[in-house]
Amino acid sequence: MTKTMTGAKMVVQALIDQGVEVVFGYPGGAVLPIYDEIFQQNSIQHVLVRHEQGAVHAAEGYARSTGKPGVALVTSGPGATNAVTGLTDALMDSIPIIVLTGQVPTFMIGTDAFQEADTVGITRACTKHNWLVKDTDKLANTIHEAFHVALSGRPGPVLIDIPKDVQFATGTYSEKAKRKSHYAPQVKGDIDMITELAEAMAKAKRPVFYTGGGVINSGTAASQLLRELVEATGFPITSTLMGLGCYPASGPAWLGMLGMHGTYEANMTMHGCDLMINIGARFDDRITGRIDAFSPKSVKAHIDIDASSINKVIRVDIPILGDVAHVLEALLKVWKAQGRKTDKEAVAKWWKQINEWRATDCLGFTQDGPIIRPQYALSRLEALTKDHDRYITTEVGQHQMWAAQYLGFEDPNRWMTSGGLGTMGYGTPASIGVQMAHRDALVINVAGEASWLMNMQEMGTAMQYRLPVKQFILNNERLGMVRQWQQLLHGERYSQSWSEALPDFVKLAEAFGAKGIRCDNPDDLDEAIKEMIAYDGPVIFDCLVEKHENCFPMIPSGKAHNEMLLKNAQVQGSITATGAVLV
Amino acid sequence: MSALNIKKGASSHSAYDLRSTFGDTIEKHTLAVIVENEPGVLARVIGLFAGRGYNIESLTVAEIDHTGHRSRITIVTAGTPQVIVQIKAQLGRIVPVHEVHDLTVEGPSVERELALLKVAGRGDARVEALRLADIFRASVVDSTLESFVFEITGTPEKIDAFADLMRPLGLQEVARTGVAALARGGQTHV
Repeated sequence: MTKTMTGAKMVVQALIDQGVEVVFGYPGGAVLPIYDEIFQQNSIQHVLVRHEQGAVHAAEGYARSTGKPGVALVTSGPGATNAVTGLTDALMDSIPIIVLTGQVPTFMIGTDAFQEADTVGITRACTKHNWLVKDTDKLANTIHEAFHVALSGRPGPVLIDIPKDVQFATGTYSEKAKRKSHYAPQVKGDIDMITELAEAMAKAKRPVFYTGGGVINSGTAASQLLRELVEATGFPITSTLMGLGCYPASGPAWLGMLGMHGTYEANMTMHGCDLMINIGARFDDRITGRIDAFSPKSVKAHIDIDASSINKVIRVDIPILGDVAHVLEALLKVWKAQGRKTDKEAVAKWWKQINEWRATDCLGFTQDGPIIRPQYALSRLEALTKDHDRYITTEVGQHQMWAAQYLGFEDPNRWMTSGGLGTMGYGTPASIGVQMAHRDALVINVAGEASWLMNMQEMGTAMQYRLPVKQFILNNERLGMVRQWQQLLHGERYSQSWSEALPDFVKLAEAFGAKGIRCDNPDDLDEAIKEMIAYDGPVIFDCLVEKHENCFPMIPSGKAHNEMLLKNAQVQGSITATGAVLV
Repeated sequence: MSALNIKKGASSHSAYDLRSTFGDTIEKHTLAVIVENEPGVLARVIGLFAGRGYNIESLTVAEIDHTGHRSRITIVTAGTPQVIVQIKAQLGRIVPVHEVHDLTVEGPSVERELALLKVAGRGDARVEALRLADIFRASVVDSTLESFVFEITGTPEKIDAFADLMRPLGLQEVARTGVAALARGGQTHV
């Protein structure tokens, strides 16, 4: 069906036809015609953020918590450049978002017009794909194609730059793409390779599943299939930061997160395994540590939808190019149809070894003294919120790692964190995006005070739309992770890593019209957290914690999994000059 | 299209090439990249090489199918086998890229480049330049009493050799197109 309408109306119509319910955005000169159309309809709700970066992170939070694409709408020039961090964040973490930017009219492009920026040029490196639409007749198809590209294969952010004259001009709207997109990444895995993996699994004596964000991106079916596979094999399973929730934290085979701040048992299992089955993870440097000492004796299988992820840093023996859910379904079928069994005796022996590693209780801590330890704060937050319909977002730093360690995730799409890019300021807007999608859920942003200040303006958005997001700030008055590295690597010279002149967070909350809660006493913590949960509105929770706590366990830069540090006492001289060069 | 251009039953360019043990020697590969001829597509390809630190030794691009809006980019690049595989996979990830062919591994191919060389001189040098041009089958496309512009077509090596010979005879300027390449035999890529 085709209709004639203006480009601005096409934008809104295409979004409606794509099933979009919420758009996060900020108006400006170059998108006024689109905002005029938004004003005249009720199908799509527009959420007015306070900064364009917030719009993109909110769209990411929306996307990660629903599995649907997130949409942001911003103006030209500064609107577009402010979106760059969010786009890069979504690219690194494979989050499907569609960002619409206004542009100066086509006849002014290239003249250094007011609020002109080369948006497609600037965002070429931080989008999966982007388009500058110069013809209103092509606008609808471009938007439909953009959704297709964002969601197909390895998901990612896309951007459509729309000049103002294209928005005003009239053109032909079509509901569906006129021609089939050539972009159709392979989803089914090679069956011979899958059979080979099943054989390797049957023979394995020390296997491990190493899962990542790809499982979550593949949809809830992938998580379900993964659980079946773990149950069918009894193999231990660990996950990256991005994959938390694909296998339940309460599950019997769960080892906890792996990597730089992963558990001792997860990293030792990775180091000592004879078969590593990587499902939708990408051998990131936070995971591998020293490459030449990474799991030296294992056969490695890698299931990934992105061919460029395979053999990028770690050479694998059984590569399977395909979508996680499709491949796992086929793998389970092969496993069952061929009546394959695991080497029960060997795997039981392997579990005995793993349980010995577990017994080190690497996340153990004692809450003594009058100051709240951050681990204790998160343990209590976990205990008091785990039975709620709960979604967690985080900022970036020590608190993020502690959240990953001490909070348990039973389901996918419940954990929204900036993994690849490590964007401080991600959590607050992301929590708003999540709450927009799940109005009745308990949405908590676990934050550090420094990260939180980076996008605190979005509290205004939370107030405006009555989004009861809980900002749980572990306040150590330090850039904790920076301080930790300076302690370990830079002779305890704490250059610029403390938070001077902090606001009074309770008063700040009140200034926004939200509720502020401060807690500095371990004995009061439970009551304070309950008060936060019970309050029907946004809360800023200022949890004053131990200022010099370090995040352990830790694989120091340039070290292997089996060289991880469990506590402060081991730190002295643990990082060499070559390790110090790494981030 | 799959990112690695996997064909059923094929082994030479399946993903499972990835299993072979990679050497550490630098290899030169000629890639033919068939792309949608849309604005910015060349910038995407070049940006990939720049952003990820890959080499471009030669690059040519032109539309080859006006109705289908396809362009062919021929890139000569160098790297270890692991890097070459990664370059192909990364190129395959670019949305407007339809196909990536590694002409170096897919079988024999022909490579040709065109160059224009301006040689200035008088007397014996001028005569010698003209004689050598004849040997190399270069043609004269412009002439004054003191200069020639030669047009030469051939492999990059042939053009190198010709330019080396012209240098002592008064070579002033060189313009080269970069390599265009096609697989030998009846198989087609587009």
